[in-house]
Amino acid sequence: MGSKQPFERVVAEHGGTVLRVCRVLLGRHDADDAWSETFLAALRAYPDLPETANVEAWLVTIAHRKTIDVLRARGRQPVPVGELPAERAGQAGQAEPAGAGVPGGDCLWQAVRALPDKQRQAVAYHHVAGLPYAEIAQILGGTTEAARRAAADGIKNLRKNYPGGAPS
Amino acid sequence: MTEPTNLFTTPHDAATLARLHRELERAAEREGLLDVAYRTVDSPVGSLLLAATPRGLVRVAFDVEGHDRVLEILAGQLSARVLRAPARLDPAARELEEYFGGRRRSFGLPLDLSLSRGFRRLVQQQLPSIGYGQTRSYGQVAELVGNPRAARAVGTACATNPLPVVVPCHRVLRNDGTPGGYVGGPVAKATLLSLEAAA
Repeated sequence: MGSKQPFERVVAEHGGTVLRVCRVLLGRHDADDAWSETFLAALRAYPDLPETANVEAWLVTIAHRKTIDVLRARGRQPVPVGELPAERAGQAGQAEPAGAGVPGGDCLWQAVRALPDKQRQAVAYHHVAGLPYAEIAQILGGTTEAARRAAADGIKNLRKNYPGGAPS
Repeated sequence: MTEPTNLFTTPHDAATLARLHRELERAAEREGLLDVAYRTVDSPVGSLLLAATPRGLVRVAFDVEGHDRVLEILAGQLSARVLRAPARLDPAARELEEYFGGRRRSFGLPLDLSLSRGFRRLVQQQLPSIGYGQTRSYGQVAELVGNPRAARAVGTACATNPLPVVVPCHRVLRNDGTPGGYVGGPVAKATLLSLEAAA
């Protein structure tokens, strides 16, 4: 007993990553709600988490379930373009470092949105959360190889649709 | 192969995360999951960590104790559901501010004494009976709790007081009148004693 870190440190260390994962999975608006539900559920379950557990993989697993609930609730409707964050429009002219995701973000959003669920999830868990494919296979079900392929296909589709030659 | 993707960060993330944290604090309190709430306050004796359970203030810690380390110990002793959640500590912060401003002579906060047991707890429960601006020796406190030969154990009880300042172990001095040790260091003890002497 006693070696588990205070939950505040879990929030401080992983809050940003979980937020980015939720944004990839759901888009900006629903991501905030999914983040809140993820961390409240995590706080509830935290005392029972084994001390040796990979905390980030555990959080991503909870986020995975919470985002599926959100997707089900909205009937897997693609997000209307109008839902894209309004703040973006106001910042379009602002200089940002390449990859900061603000200019051109809408195109990226649409490309991510267009991915099949498994590919979007695999990309989020590997390329955003940095989880190994073996962990991702446990979250998604299926084999490690299938998780690797889903992420690779997802990246390939993103390269095809963004920012290459896709109509914007 | 793994190219860290920063595409989903924005310049507003810090503000977003701060807002989400505040919402988490409120939801945790509402759902009964906020086992230990904490915040820090600035004071004439340095930054103080304040921690409370739903039952009351459970820990006051000086900077020299290492706030991170204190939180780790609380996570082990009480519950790992520890969140920075200032709202629960507002009354404590207010009373401490009044105390350090010379406008308050005793604390009316609900206290959670669950970090102390046995004789130490008995001693700590007696300490508030030493009035503001007064002092007692370890031996006198030992008599107060009905165990006149336990001066050394009284010293230990003071040294392990989980609620310094609020539970006034700083008002207990060596039998020869010199200040003796203090969990917040000798300067903190002298500061508190002179604050109370001046008011």
